[in-house]
Amino acid sequence: MVKPATTKDDAHALFHSLRSAYSATPTNLKIIDLYVVFAVFTALIQVAYMAIVGSFPFNSFLSGVLSCVGTAVLAVCLRIQVNKENKEFKDLPPERAFADFVLCNLVLHLVIMNFLG
Amino acid sequence: MRHNSSQLGYKVQSASIEGRGVKLEIARSTVLKPIGDDSSSHFRLVSSPAIKFEMTRKLGFAFLLLAAASICEAAAIFSPISEAHRSAALELFSPAAGTFSSLEEATEALRTFEVLGIEIESDLKDSTCKSAVDALSSGSPNSKDLYYALRVSSVLQCKISDGALTGVALRLKDFVKDAKSLLDFYYSIGGLVLIKDQTSEVDVLLDDADGIFRSVKDLSQSDGKWRYSSNNPESSTYAAGIALETLSGVITLKSSDIDGNLIDALKRDVVKLFDNIDKYDDGAYYFDDRFVDASGHQGPVSATSSVARGLTTLASTSGSLNIPGDKILGLARFFLGIGVPGTGKDLYYQIDALASLDQSRVLVPLILSLQASVLSISSQDKLKVKVTTVLGSTGPPLSVKLMQVFSSGSKDASIINQELKFDPKEAVHVLDALPVGVDVGEYVFAFEIVLSDPEHKKIYVTGGRTKVPVYVTGVVKVENSKVEVLESDSVETQQKLDLPGKNDVALTANHLQKLRLSFQLTTPLQNPFKPHQALLKLRHESGVEHSFVVNSGKLFETTLDFLGLVENFFYLSGKYDMELTVGDPAMENSFLQPLGHIELDLPDAPEKYGPKPEIAHIFRLQEKRPPQELSYAFLGLVFVPFLAFLVGLLRLGVNMKNFPTSMIPAAFAILFHGGIAAVLGLYGLFWLKLDLFTTLKTLGVLGLFLMFVGHRTLSHLASASAKVKSA
Repeated sequence: MVKPATTKDDAHALFHSLRSAYSATPTNLKIIDLYVVFAVFTALIQVAYMAIVGSFPFNSFLSGVLSCVGTAVLAVCLRIQVNKENKEFKDLPPERAFADFVLCNLVLHLVIMNFLG
Repeated sequence: MRHNSSQLGYKVQSASIEGRGVKLEIARSTVLKPIGDDSSSHFRLVSSPAIKFEMTRKLGFAFLLLAAASICEAAAIFSPISEAHRSAALELFSPAAGTFSSLEEATEALRTFEVLGIEIESDLKDSTCKSAVDALSSGSPNSKDLYYALRVSSVLQCKISDGALTGVALRLKDFVKDAKSLLDFYYSIGGLVLIKDQTSEVDVLLDDADGIFRSVKDLSQSDGKWRYSSNNPESSTYAAGIALETLSGVITLKSSDIDGNLIDALKRDVVKLFDNIDKYDDGAYYFDDRFVDASGHQGPVSATSSVARGLTTLASTSGSLNIPGDKILGLARFFLGIGVPGTGKDLYYQIDALASLDQSRVLVPLILSLQASVLSISSQDKLKVKVTTVLGSTGPPLSVKLMQVFSSGSKDASIINQELKFDPKEAVHVLDALPVGVDVGEYVFAFEIVLSDPEHKKIYVTGGRTKVPVYVTGVVKVENSKVEVLESDSVETQQKLDLPGKNDVALTANHLQKLRLSFQLTTPLQNPFKPHQALLKLRHESGVEHSFVVNSGKLFETTLDFLGLVENFFYLSGKYDMELTVGDPAMENSFLQPLGHIELDLPDAPEKYGPKPEIAHIFRLQEKRPPQELSYAFLGLVFVPFLAFLVGLLRLGVNMKNFPTSMIPAAFAILFHGGIAAVLGLYGLFWLKLDLFTTLKTLGVLGLFLMFVGHRTLSHLASASAKVKSA
C-alpha cells in the first residue's frame, strides 16, 4: 500500500532536496551566505534588545540595525557578482567585486559610526 | 452825534469818549454823570426839568449807544512827584568827572533839577556856565549848540554880556533865514526866545514873522503830525510838539501881526492832533511814535512830552485851546503812571512835561492820591485822600466826595455820596468812618472832586470821578472749630479746637474711618469770609507730607476718607502731625497752626515690588535606562552570532591557500588587511573621541593607502587565478 503524500513528507522531501542542492554551491558562496546569516542574526538580537528596553537612544538602535542590514545587503551584492552562474557579471573579476564590497562596507561603517552617537 | 450848547440850551463841557470804534461827544458835568465800572458803562441822568423834554429822544438814543459802547475804566493809583524822583534825578544826572558831557545833557539835567528843586553845586554851575559861554562865543556853525548853550545859561543865569548876546542873536537870525528843516527853525527861534527872556536890550524880533510862520506851518500834515522837512515824508508826533513850540516862539517874536487865520488854523491842527491820541484803560492818554524818527526819538514818553510842551507854550502865547480836560488830565496821568523812569532822558521828559502841564494856561491837572491804600478795620484806620498838582504842591480849595464803593469782582456798587472832611494841617481829606457794609476785602472807591470856586473850573481839571483800589484788612474770627474722627458717618471722637491759638489734640484712626475738620470764619462785620488759602497738612514722622484743601461753603470743612487715601499715603502707618493754614491778604490774623497729631493705622502694602519666588531649574529627567546587567547580557549575546560565524567558517573549511607566498605580494596582502584593520580602528577612535573632520582627514590618507595596496594585492590575486584558469 502506497501511503498518500502528506504535507509532512513533502516538507521533508523539499528540505532534503534543498539541502543537497545547497551543498553543491561553491564554498566562497557559502561563506558569504554564512556572513549574511550572521549579520541578520545580529540585527535580530538588537531588535529584541530594543523591544525589551525601549527605543532610547533611537539613533544608536538605528545605526546598529542599519549596519547589520547594510552589510548583509552588500554581501548579497557581492554574492551575486561573484557567482559564476550569473551570466550578467561574467566579465567582472571577483577581486573587483570584493574590492567594491570592502569599499562600500567602509563607507557604510563610517556613516554608522557617525550616527551611532 | 453832536450836541451843541445852542441846541440843547445848557452849558456843555464836552467830553469825547472812545470805545469800540464808536466816538461820541457827550454832554458831561451838568446833565450826565458817567458811572464807569469795569466792564460796561451806565449813564445816570440827573434830571433837570427844564430840558427833560429834549432828552427823551436824542439822549435816549445816546444812552443806548453808550450802553453798547463799553468804557473800561480801571482803577489805578497815580501819585504825584515824590522824593523817589528827586533821588533818581541825582543818581541819573550825576555828571562824570564833574562836568556834563554835552550841553544837551546839561540842559536836561538842569531843567530836571530846577523843577524838582534840587540845588546844584557851585563848581558844577561854574564849569557848565563856562562851557555855555564858550559855545556862544565860539562861532560854531550849529544852531543846535547855540540853542542848548542859551538854555543852560538861562537856567543857571550865567552872566553873558549884551554884546555877546547881540552877536548870537544876529547869527540866529541868519540861521532863521537859511532854515530849511523843522529842527533848524526850532533851534534858531528857540534861541531867540531865550535871548528875549534873558535881556530886553537885544533886538530879537523877526521881520518876516508871517512868512516864517507859513513855512513852518507848511510842514504840517492833515492828521495833526508834522514833517521834519519838505523833502522828507517822515512825520511824527514828536515833530508836532516841536513845531508847536517853534510857532509859539514865532508868535512871541513877531514884530508885526501874524494873520489871525493862520493861528486859528494852527489851533485846529492841534485839536486834530489830540483827536488821534492813544489811551490806556486807567485813564492815561498818550501819543506814541512807533518808529525812530529823524531826530532819533522814539516812544511815547518823548512824543507825549514834546506835545505837552508845545501845547502849553502855544496856549501861553496865543490864548486858550479847545482841548478837552480829561485829555489834559490823561497826559498828566500818563506821566505819573510811568513811575520813576530808568534813564535820564525819560526822567527829563517826564519832569519837563509835568512842569509844563502844571503851569499851563490850558488846564492844570489835579491828581487824587491816597496816603495809604491798605486800611485796617482793627486799628480803625481812616482813609486819607490828598488832592495835589502833579508836582506835589497843594491845589486850590476843593472838597472830595466818596460817591461809590465797588467790591472787587462784583459789579454792584453801593452809592454813598459822602463828603470827606478836610484837615488843613496835613492838607488831606479824611473819611471818618468806612461806609456801612465795607468789610474785609478788596474794594474800589470812586471819588469825586468838587472845586469850591466855580471859576476854578476854567483853570483846573479834576477828572470827574476817580477810582482807586483800596484794601481793607481786619481780624477774622475763627469759630466752632473742631476735628472729629468718624466711623461710617457717626462721630466717634470729637475734639474742639481753639483757633487760631495753639492746639494739641491726639487722635487715632484706622483706614476704615474718616477725619473731619470744620470751622467757621467770620469778618468783623459778622459776614462769612472766604480766604485765599485754607489747607490742612498731614505730615508723617518720616517726613512725607500730604496737603488737602479745606472746602468752603457755609462752613469750612474737609473730610478725609482714609479708605480712599490709603494708597496716596503710601501705606505708611504711624503718627501724623496735623497742621492747618488759613491765609488771605485781607486777613490780619492769617495763621499756620499745628493742631496735634493723629495715629493712623493703615493696612500693609501689597508687595508689588518685592522679590518673586525663586524658580529652580528642573533638569531634564534622565531617560529610564535599562539595568546594566541586561545591557551586558545583550552585549554578550550580540557576539554569539559572530562566534557562530567563525565556527561556521571553520566547518566550511576556510583556508588561506590563496594567500600569496612570495615576498612582495605577501607584504602587500598583509598591508591590505592591516589597512582595513586600521580604518576600522579609526572608526572606533572616531566613535570614542575623534570628531568628523580629523577622522575624514585621516580616513582620506588611509583610504588612499588602502586603495593602492588593495589594488596591488587584488590585481596580483586576479592574475594568479587567471594563470590557474588558463593553466
